[in-house]
Amino acid sequence: MDMVRGHVLCCGGTGCTSSGSEAVIKEMESQLKANGLDKEIKVIKTGCFGLCALGPIMVVYPEGAFYSRVKVEDVKEIVEEHLLKGRIVKRLLYQETVEDDSIKSLNEVDFYKKQHRIALRNCGVIDPENIDEYIATDGYKALGKVLTEMTREEVIDEITKSGLRGRGGGGFPTGLKWKFTYNAKGDKKYVACNADEGDPGAFMDRSVLEGDPHSIIEAMAIAAYAVGADQGYIYIRAEYPIAVKRLEIAIKQAKEYGLLGKNIFDTGFNFDLELRLGAGAFVCGEETALMTSIEGKRGEPRPRPPFPANSGLWAKPTLLNNVETYANITQIINNGADWFASIGTEKSKGTKVFALGGKINNTGLVEIPMGTTLREIIEEIGGGIPNGKKFKAAQTGGPSGGCIPASLMDTPIDYDSLIQIGSMMGSGGLIVMDEDNCMVDIAKFFLEFTVDESCGKCAPCRIGTRRLLELLTKITDGKGTMEDIDKLEELCYNIKASSLCGLGQTAPNPVLSTLRYFRDEYIAHVKDKTCPAGVCKALSRYIIDRDKCKGCSLCSRQCPAGAISGKVKEPFVIDPDKCIKCGVCMQTCKFGAIYKK
Amino acid sequence: MEEKKVVPFNGTKEQEKQLLEVIESHKGQDGAAIPVLHKAQDIYGYLPIEVQTMIAEGLNIPLAEIYGIVTFYTQFSLNPKGRYQIGVCLGTACYVKGSGDILEKIKSILGIDVGECTPDGKFSLDATRCIGACGLAPVMTINDDVYGRLVVDDVEDILGKYE
Repeated sequence: MDMVRGHVLCCGGTGCTSSGSEAVIKEMESQLKANGLDKEIKVIKTGCFGLCALGPIMVVYPEGAFYSRVKVEDVKEIVEEHLLKGRIVKRLLYQETVEDDSIKSLNEVDFYKKQHRIALRNCGVIDPENIDEYIATDGYKALGKVLTEMTREEVIDEITKSGLRGRGGGGFPTGLKWKFTYNAKGDKKYVACNADEGDPGAFMDRSVLEGDPHSIIEAMAIAAYAVGADQGYIYIRAEYPIAVKRLEIAIKQAKEYGLLGKNIFDTGFNFDLELRLGAGAFVCGEETALMTSIEGKRGEPRPRPPFPANSGLWAKPTLLNNVETYANITQIINNGADWFASIGTEKSKGTKVFALGGKINNTGLVEIPMGTTLREIIEEIGGGIPNGKKFKAAQTGGPSGGCIPASLMDTPIDYDSLIQIGSMMGSGGLIVMDEDNCMVDIAKFFLEFTVDESCGKCAPCRIGTRRLLELLTKITDGKGTMEDIDKLEELCYNIKASSLCGLGQTAPNPVLSTLRYFRDEYIAHVKDKTCPAGVCKALSRYIIDRDKCKGCSLCSRQCPAGAISGKVKEPFVIDPDKCIKCGVCMQTCKFGAIYKK
Repeated sequence: MEEKKVVPFNGTKEQEKQLLEVIESHKGQDGAAIPVLHKAQDIYGYLPIEVQTMIAEGLNIPLAEIYGIVTFYTQFSLNPKGRYQIGVCLGTACYVKGSGDILEKIKSILGIDVGECTPDGKFSLDATRCIGACGLAPVMTINDDVYGRLVVDDVEDILGKYE
């Protein structure tokens, strides 16, 4: 083996790949070769570091220098200065890590300081395409322990004691689910993994699969042993090509090492794992729909009961957990249930991964102990709102969740408190909105999504969500009445009560929560015919600031509707009746004199 | 609006051979239809009725059921795609950062709506679900290229790069 004196960790997650990390990695490899360093410095393509906003990210060890937004042109300098001469390239460092003349460890940076990485422990640390690196970080140790030292009942007890709850959104106690499947009678049982992460703006599961695929494989094998299954399926979105590829590699390696297949660890335990690709249907994240889809049919949900624990895939007892739930399993086995239960709040144990997005400085992936407040996530970890704007709301739970207003920012985040304030944990998307976002428009956006994704099997969801959308559109078009708001609310409760599956039952939540906290905005749309945030086109007006207008006439010449008139060198005016709100005038004005209200 | 032209099916013998091999390798497997459709779409680029018929016969599944699956899932397409497939992300993170405006701009430049293809077969346009590049929002993709942190004014130059 060659002696390696340094490691260059480059993020190969989807976020960084999208900002061009592949080309950076290639350039790094060829520069190392050109300088004769390719034997001394090892380049490792890792999973997600979490700070996607700063991608492509590169960390050089042993110094721990954290380079952000690295471009291909920068690589030469890093190699020649840092790797060859030992001089860290300061201009490329993430500024938060620079302290006077030295560099801080990443763990001391605001973004990471409050985090506790359990599910993400290996993301950005190991090479996900190399099973040896996983094994070197205690990988497959938990499986070995379970198979050789623990009975099936002991495993289930341990998981139950840990207090782990389903991370897919519902928060059902994981141990109990395992127990139900264990108790179910059947000659054949299955375990399945829900990696159909469909919430817009959520990418936690993808990052785990991209950064640490073996942890899921190992956890599924443990679950299979506990409930008595010998076949597993991972149902993953086809939109995640990198995750699919890494899982395929990981499964192949695990089979070669005898960690999947027949007679694992010589204990007589057999377990095989297959990937099934989704094909773009949000409803398939619902457990019964997911199983129907694995069976090769239209992914429509079925009524429950019977629950999957008794009648799941091909009507056999099936255990279905989410990716992030599985990602916690090996750590619970290795460190014990008490350790896990010591993290978090009374009823919500452990940590939760959130995908921070929207109007926030540090967009990316964070893992925090349960009970952390929204304020800590947004202001401390997330670095606050960009451009000096004001925080308005945070949306959690995607199309099934709700918006949390500024007044509730100090709510500790756990399953129960989020439900109490009309939102839900969901799978972990956390989208931040500022004063420029219209809450009625956001509710409409989510309804457009659910209308599109409703599978059509049951009438309350198929027809009801469409009616909701029509009412919302009426309001954003400025044609709504106060009765419409009441009707909207009533319909929401009816849809919640009568839909077949989780998609329909939760689809009205975005409307209900915005009605609860931002009713004044709805009323402004209806009574005053204005959109306070200036988003809804039909209600917005373009106005020329008389003080700033120089009377150059450029806007009036560009206006396609002939709505702007005036005398040259005097302020112009826009006729709101003629204006088609295309915004061309605002774009062409050289003096910033035109604004939207 | 003028009626849309149906592009005649012109699959080659080579493609047919590949498809038959795929069908053969999945025969008798539980839940084979969706994996086979995925691979068929890789081979042909889309799933015209001719291809669906071959799959139905090969797997011994009623054509109605195959058609039902194809139309249920958004990833399966009944129409051919353009040489350059544009996807504008309408996930929440991108939406709150203005990807709706990006989509409108592309529509007006190309003169096509979502799900359509330009008459010369060059560009097709889709509004995609979250592609998970939320850190770069708003995002659009053209084939395998990803463009992030977009503003409306970028669109024209980006489309201009594709010949």
